[in-house]
Amino acid sequence: MDTTTEALRRRYARRHVAARAGVYAAAIIAALVCALPFLWSVISAFKQNQDLYNPESNPFFFNKPATPDHVTFLFTDTPFLTFVVNTLIVGAAVVAITLALALPAAYSLARLDRPWGTPMGIAIFMVYLVPPSLLFLSLTRVVVALHLEDTLWSMIVVYPTITVPVSVWLLIGFLKAVPKDVEEQAMVDGHSRLGAFLRTVLPLVFPGIVAVVVFSFTLTSSEFVYALAFVSASPEMVVSTGVPTQLVRGDVFFWQSLQASTVITAVPIAFLFNLFLDRFVAGFTMGAVKT
Amino acid sequence: MTHAPTDRRPAAVQPPRARAKAGLADREGFLAWVMLLPSVVYIVALVGVPFLLAIAFAFSDVTTGDPSFDFAGFRNFDEILTDGVFWRALRNTLVFTLVSMVLIVLFGKVLANILVADFHGKWFVRFLVLLPWTTPVALSTISWLWFLDSIYSPVDWVLRHLGLIDANVVWLGRPGTAMASVVAVQTWRLTPLAAVIVMAGLVAIPRDIDEAARIDGAGFWRRMFEVTIPLTLPVIAVAGLFGAIMTFTDMTVPYVLTRGGPTHSTDVLASWAYFRGIEGGDVGQGAAIALFLFPLLLAGAIAILRAVRRLEAG
Repeated sequence: MDTTTEALRRRYARRHVAARAGVYAAAIIAALVCALPFLWSVISAFKQNQDLYNPESNPFFFNKPATPDHVTFLFTDTPFLTFVVNTLIVGAAVVAITLALALPAAYSLARLDRPWGTPMGIAIFMVYLVPPSLLFLSLTRVVVALHLEDTLWSMIVVYPTITVPVSVWLLIGFLKAVPKDVEEQAMVDGHSRLGAFLRTVLPLVFPGIVAVVVFSFTLTSSEFVYALAFVSASPEMVVSTGVPTQLVRGDVFFWQSLQASTVITAVPIAFLFNLFLDRFVAGFTMGAVKT
Repeated sequence: MTHAPTDRRPAAVQPPRARAKAGLADREGFLAWVMLLPSVVYIVALVGVPFLLAIAFAFSDVTTGDPSFDFAGFRNFDEILTDGVFWRALRNTLVFTLVSMVLIVLFGKVLANILVADFHGKWFVRFLVLLPWTTPVALSTISWLWFLDSIYSPVDWVLRHLGLIDANVVWLGRPGTAMASVVAVQTWRLTPLAAVIVMAGLVAIPRDIDEAARIDGAGFWRRMFEVTIPLTLPVIAVAGLFGAIMTFTDMTVPYVLTRGGPTHSTDVLASWAYFRGIEGGDVGQGAAIALFLFPLLLAGAIAILRAVRRLEAG
């Protein structure tokens, strides 16, 4: 009997090792498939022209010594830094507007128990699904009528239409996770309903608010259609439109610089997003849970 | 809701004016509206009104050169419906959306399962996996543009050195491979989003259900197909519909990768509306083309709503 349990144990151990190896193999393949174009961008960004523009040279290695010239060129001879600054300005302004609109709305829908709370929440979320491609033509006319064309303001005014609905949805989830006793205690202690929200609930959902900030910023920085339709003057462009339209002169692509700009933009955003991934996952589920 | 100051907090602490304001700040019905109103007004002004405006433009002769509004009846629709490019764009949109959606759901589910597993270096793997989705689409598509370059593509280089092809494929220069490239890039960039949504569903499965199945002797595949997938079906549906809607209405990948070419073989409704409405300056026709997105979009939104309802019920 001892031998059979021993054999069984060994079989399970073997199976366990095989399963672990499978998990690692799958994880490595997934990471490679997702990151390959970026990995390869990093290599190309530092290549010399003679190395890059030679169909016979191995595209995965440096066949000539690496050079930082094209990355320097990106910062000194192209408006890339202007695009980055513009993206940060638009992102910060949009995040501020989004929080100012979405926080009270989410509290109203999550906590104040109106009969229209749930349908209204769903209706606001559905607005997220209305795509820029349906609205950009008429919004361009609106932007022109407001004399905002070719300014950062055009994007600051319009982008919250994308970020507010998602943020309301996420914040409803985070607010529902705060126990109701917290506010009731605060109100017993003499705060008004509004005071209880501002002084006790807001600090508790702070982690959720940070997640919403990151999420809104990501959405803002990747938006393309509105930015392309509203702004055609280079100094007012953001990264997502400036790089593909301005770093290309006619048919001449500054390939190394383009690759560098992609990596420089991609890495910090993905890094930030990864920090908060668990919170997004939690937020999306909680938003759908009834209390 | 009323409340008297309690013993612990003497009334003297609060100035009289604060008490008067507290009256309004405590009326929940009033508060609920006041807090919600700014968002609703904003959305109505910048989504509702432009939407109606888009419909109006579709029936007008507005151009960027002559923005005065004149009613033109169904003329724009007559013109686009007799234009072969429109039908081509419609067909391309459907192919682009359906193929991408199936692939996104499939890979998204696999990726979600990998991401919920426990392993060393998970943080780094998650970072790499998120890159395609969090990077601005226009930029990652630029990387792909070079990846699929007609002369210097590393894909072709590898295939050449493996002896599989003699001359370069010119991925973006032929109708078939151009469409395949657009679908591949779209799938690549939306799979992480689908994976994150499916992860939310996987995390929500109570652990004891999975453990009960394990104790009953169900293996990995059996638990996958008889426990995990049925339980996460609504969330998989949500991921698929998100992917479909975002693909259906997207123009960035075709715009940057192929500019709709070669000869309109990768033009989709959204990109065709952009070329007509902004670059061609014919706002009326562009709006009429974009309007065709709406019926299918509505169907997708209703489907999402149903899936979410099922999530709530379950």
